[in-house]
Amino acid sequence: MNGAKWQDEPTDYEMLGKLPRKEPLPEPPPQNVMGSLSITAAAADPELLDLPWHIALEQWPEEYLAALPRGISRHIVRFAKLGGSVIAVKETGEHIARHEYHMLRRLQRLDVPCVEPVAVIRDRQTPDGKPLDPVLVTRHLKFSLPYRALFSQMLRKDTLTRLIDAQALLLVRLHLIGFYWGDVSLSNTLFRRDAGAFAAYLVDAETGELYPDLSTGQREYDLEIARVNIAGELMDLLDGGLIDAEVDPVATSERIMDSYRNLWAELTEKESFELGERWRVSARIRRLNELGFDVEEYAIKTTPDGSTIQLQPKVVDAGHHQRRLLRLTGLDAQENQARRLLNDMDSFRADNFPDQDEEIAAHAWVSQVFEPIVRAIPRELSGKLEPAEVVHQVLEHRWYMSEKLDRHVPLAETLQSYIDTVLRHRRDEAAIMLNPDTQTLKLIEADAAREDDDFDDELANDDEAADDDQLAGPEATPRAR
Amino acid sequence: MATVTFDNATRLYPGTDKPAVDKLNIQIADGEFLVLVGPSGCGKSTSLRMLAGLEDVNSGRILIGDRDVTDVPPKDRDIAMVFQNYALYPHMTVADNMGFALKIAGVSKEERAQRVREAAKLLDLEQYLDRKPKALSGGQRQRVAMGRAIVRNPQVFLMDEPLSNLDAKLRVQTRTQIASLTRRLGVTTVYVTHDQVEAMTMGDRVAVLKDGLLQQVDTPRNLYDKPQNVFVAGFIGSPAMNLLELPEVDNGVQFGGTVYPVARDVLAEASGNTVTLGVRPEDLESAPQGEGLAVEVDVVEELGADAYIYGHTNLNGQSHDIVARTDGRRPPMKGDTVWVRPQQGHVHLFDTKSGARLG
Repeated sequence: MNGAKWQDEPTDYEMLGKLPRKEPLPEPPPQNVMGSLSITAAAADPELLDLPWHIALEQWPEEYLAALPRGISRHIVRFAKLGGSVIAVKETGEHIARHEYHMLRRLQRLDVPCVEPVAVIRDRQTPDGKPLDPVLVTRHLKFSLPYRALFSQMLRKDTLTRLIDAQALLLVRLHLIGFYWGDVSLSNTLFRRDAGAFAAYLVDAETGELYPDLSTGQREYDLEIARVNIAGELMDLLDGGLIDAEVDPVATSERIMDSYRNLWAELTEKESFELGERWRVSARIRRLNELGFDVEEYAIKTTPDGSTIQLQPKVVDAGHHQRRLLRLTGLDAQENQARRLLNDMDSFRADNFPDQDEEIAAHAWVSQVFEPIVRAIPRELSGKLEPAEVVHQVLEHRWYMSEKLDRHVPLAETLQSYIDTVLRHRRDEAAIMLNPDTQTLKLIEADAAREDDDFDDELANDDEAADDDQLAGPEATPRAR
Repeated sequence: MATVTFDNATRLYPGTDKPAVDKLNIQIADGEFLVLVGPSGCGKSTSLRMLAGLEDVNSGRILIGDRDVTDVPPKDRDIAMVFQNYALYPHMTVADNMGFALKIAGVSKEERAQRVREAAKLLDLEQYLDRKPKALSGGQRQRVAMGRAIVRNPQVFLMDEPLSNLDAKLRVQTRTQIASLTRRLGVTTVYVTHDQVEAMTMGDRVAVLKDGLLQQVDTPRNLYDKPQNVFVAGFIGSPAMNLLELPEVDNGVQFGGTVYPVARDVLAEASGNTVTLGVRPEDLESAPQGEGLAVEVDVVEELGADAYIYGHTNLNGQSHDIVARTDGRRPPMKGDTVWVRPQQGHVHLFDTKSGARLG
């Protein structure tokens, strides 16, 4: 393992907020017991040991790298191949790496969408003994894209709005579990397609802190950071010519405030109504279900004279439709995909099994609708989109075809049309990790090349550009190669 | 510019019965650089977050200038959290990277340009304003990030361990830059660190916290020379002060084979029959054999002009670690026994029970 030391760390510290500094770390076990360190990494990823930890990340040979669209980061970040999957490797300070590793593990346990931490690797050094920065290793989220890669594709008019709504939902979910992010931005988020919308995943927990509850001040400050960062990111895309010149970064960034506040209010606010309006209890719960949340616990109080009822959700849990789909079919999908599939399943039941149990209808739907669609996708196209997303799109496609042709369109006909006219022309999103999408990379490369040219021109004009290069820290902006 | 006042500010987390910050009282002068320091869990970051508006204040008040901001949202407090986020945008110029938050805040183009120019001048970034961040070195990029906070003209800068992710060399350089920059700007700054060396080198005054309680707020010199209790005595200074529980005798304290003379009225303040005597490594001098304490040398750390002896001594049948500074040209060897005693007038006495300074 080229002299680098690594370890799996317990995550049972109970301190609020930050990871306490405990120095020095206990010595890692000797190499011959490396196997016993397998709790998060070694058993599942023995190949981790084969990566060139003795080389600074910036100089990693290409054969180790998986070409993926990269976001902007203040650290050196590289994506490397690891067995059949891809890992993100970030060079950073030891304390930060450990803090982030612990935070991500805790967030995972709390079932918040975030990237999976794999390992912290420290005590790296070059063959001649020069120390190298520790790294945090996370697993790349399959079928996910940084927002910059989404913008470099053909951008639908409302993509931006949906991204921001997904970001707001993620922020609400994080705040509900007491996580103060401290650096909310599109760059620190990954997006997965979710039946026409997006599902957002936290990808950078460096500044994050966990508390039993967040104060209004913490939530509002996170929201303010989000607003400023999103506006900055959009201004940057505008300057880079990557979004429509008509997009107003400031107005768009305001959307996160509204989207977040509306959702937060719906999920947490107290509602008062007359005793005779008891239907409002189930109406509120239905609204929360529609938003994708289950109400695990709510408080209902009546005023002393008994005339008014106060209702307040206490514990809400995201994933209402995901859980229902999983329970009925065993299928794992994003929230909106699940909602879409359940809708189809419900109408399938009404048409075919109106008097049967939900479970029986669900079983039939999986074998007669879901599985035939997934099986019909030619192998060479299977990396384009996640199966649940494909099924959603096929169902959508059928609806549009029926509208256009003004008749019922059978599944087989829909599938053929979808594969030929839609799927075949999509870029390969899963295969980005194995078979890079050339269009995106070209765009990013062209962009990097353009900046390189600018840089060279500037250097030619002024040789002082890097006069304090000795100060260059690990936060150099990474580039696609 | 403004003063900052913590007035009995208390933070009690729900479900706990011990405050994370307990009746904190600090008055920070206009333009002062105050450092909050202490071990993990001492309440320093919580105090900063209370000032930032990120933590509720359960009792007491926080004032910026004369304005009570206890219940004011963070964005309306006129403060800037520095280094909270220093990702730079690749397509935007350095000037736009510094000024974009002002654009969001609706500041006019002319005023933005002027504030950015002023900040760039202070930060030595004027000639790079039209460039892209990629053309900058790491240190320059960090200054751009600092510029983002400066252009906002805040009343107070808040910094929470901003240097923790830098390597040792860049850390020392940036430390100096921050300290000199904030003084040039004259902006009141509250800075949190766990590193007492950072605290002592940067702060006009340093507030030492432990278990949510303010132990002492003072100039670095006074903290070092006149620690108000055993905790501050042990926390400030590297290597740490030697602290030994010693019996009182007539006219002094029994320091091994020697009586260290102490005024009777000082001894009278002590609550028991022993006192805790503190002596810094540089204030121990070598003594003739049989006088003071016999220290068996475990490690010698040679620094050139000086050397530090890390050893142990036996007091009342118990082993105590001792650190002493000695002449670097004639250091003892590991395993040697050396005799040491405090130089006259260079000890600190504390009540063993309460830990409070005597005399």
